[in-house]
Amino acid sequence: MKGRIRPLFLLAPLMLVLGGMFGAALGLTLLRSFRVMPSIGLTEPDLAAYTVILTAPNFLASVGMSLWIAVVSAVISAVLALATALLLRQSFIGRGLLATLIHANLAVPHVVGAVGILYLFSQSGAFARLAYAAGMIDRPGAFPALTHDPYAIGIILLYVWKEMPFITLILLARLQTIGPEHEAAARSLGATQWQAFAHVLLPMLMPALMVATALVFAFAFGAYEVPLLLGAHAPEALSVLAWRSHTDVDLGARPEAMAMAVVIALIGGGILALLTRLVWRFGGQGR
Amino acid sequence: MRRSVLRPLAALILALWLVMPLLSLMIWSVARGWRFPALLPPELSLAAWHYAFSPVSGVLGSLGLTLFIAVATTVLALAISLPAGRALGQYRFAGRTLVLLLVLAPAILPGIAVALGLQGLFLRLGLTGTVAGVVLAHLIPVLPYTTLIMTAFFAGFDPEHEAQARCLGARPRQVFVHVTLPAMLPALATGAVLGFLVSWSQYLLTLGIGGGKVQTLPLVLFTFATSGRNDLTGAVAIIYVLPAMLVLGLTIGLSSRWWQGYRGTGLVRPLVFGNHR
Repeated sequence: MKGRIRPLFLLAPLMLVLGGMFGAALGLTLLRSFRVMPSIGLTEPDLAAYTVILTAPNFLASVGMSLWIAVVSAVISAVLALATALLLRQSFIGRGLLATLIHANLAVPHVVGAVGILYLFSQSGAFARLAYAAGMIDRPGAFPALTHDPYAIGIILLYVWKEMPFITLILLARLQTIGPEHEAAARSLGATQWQAFAHVLLPMLMPALMVATALVFAFAFGAYEVPLLLGAHAPEALSVLAWRSHTDVDLGARPEAMAMAVVIALIGGGILALLTRLVWRFGGQGR
Repeated sequence: MRRSVLRPLAALILALWLVMPLLSLMIWSVARGWRFPALLPPELSLAAWHYAFSPVSGVLGSLGLTLFIAVATTVLALAISLPAGRALGQYRFAGRTLVLLLVLAPAILPGIAVALGLQGLFLRLGLTGTVAGVVLAHLIPVLPYTTLIMTAFFAGFDPEHEAQARCLGARPRQVFVHVTLPAMLPALATGAVLGFLVSWSQYLLTLGIGGGKVQTLPLVLFTFATSGRNDLTGAVAIIYVLPAMLVLGLTIGLSSRWWQGYRGTGLVRPLVFGNHR
């Protein structure tokens, strides 16, 4: 029980459950993506499923769509979160209320936020009604399509709504451990407020900001229920397309769904690898 | 002068933005016949709430089921994460980084990448369509958070405290109950609330593994949302959000007492070591 054996013993339940289920699920996905499905008589692995999806225009359009959603959501959330975290470091009337709302947002499931965004921004939603009352439009269809739209504006609005508070909370925690001394030292050496921020504080916040932003990117890239509620029919988000192929009545389409899942996992894994490299480069502080 | 106006103004806009979607759901839940272009509901009604709380709608049953799944998942996850966190936080062994990566992977890899294969696996094991299967599936996204939080706790926990208690004659069970457990309560609470919230919010894994037979609240909400009953959707959305807010609020209240000096972001300090969802 001592020394080398003990950690293995302590890790056994985790490895069994997480490693077992997660590993077996990924393994099965991989096998099926190579069209190994003995139950319907396929035993020879081949790359046909990959050939089909990688040459299908709708798949590539979905990859582009999901990347667009993830990049725009992550960047806007990160910029707004940085501003919000810096704002919350100051004292002003209403600071406590804003901090509470940012915490409370953690508890709101994505589906709920997505329905809320739908009721606000759809063509018969609250903003369309305001526009009508202001005489700017004469019918719902005249309101710009902000949900189920080709630019995924509704989806991006939801992710910004949900992920900005998440990044803000991580930055606030980091700001508390940094403290005000470093900036004060820079200011006393003649740095302007902007210089103290850009050259002292921002580099110290960067690891936490990057990790949080990468997490948001990965989530927005692969989430399912949000694009299903707020997204356009074409191009669909990647996860929606993959699940729809998976539940297709034609069993022959299953390997294609599995191949899509593998491509999604590869892009997600790429982000994971990038993230670890970034965290290692900036030292353990951002962990 | 300018700043004293700008900051509250920026805060006000942010606060409005954060509240708006939830506010619109609340108004919808009591609205009746609220068609375009009416700015406000012409008539208020509690019909949606009556229906939501009536046995016919099945909403309360779903609430109970969602609660059970979230609590069961959290308890199991903590029981697994406790020893694992001890191993990862207090021991340096070959392959530790690899294990950490494996732990992190489900939190980062998109759920869809796991859901398809897991469905195939559970189909063979006869676990699809069962509550047990859904709980097991929820462990995949929950374990990263609970494990990282327990790892962070044990990395900062000095095993000398336990050794001293043992020297003074305490039995292993006494050491755990009187020394280890009190010290790790805040970490356990944080792990529990995050685990609960992650399970509480799951959609795709429940749909994939439950196969429509395990109707948790997000699935019920989705059905109402796509059927165009905005009033019912609003009521169910609020019923779905409130327990999660309550759990989060209680934990923040408790942890700000535990971590004095971290008031306001009490929950978040251990969160930096892990992450969310």
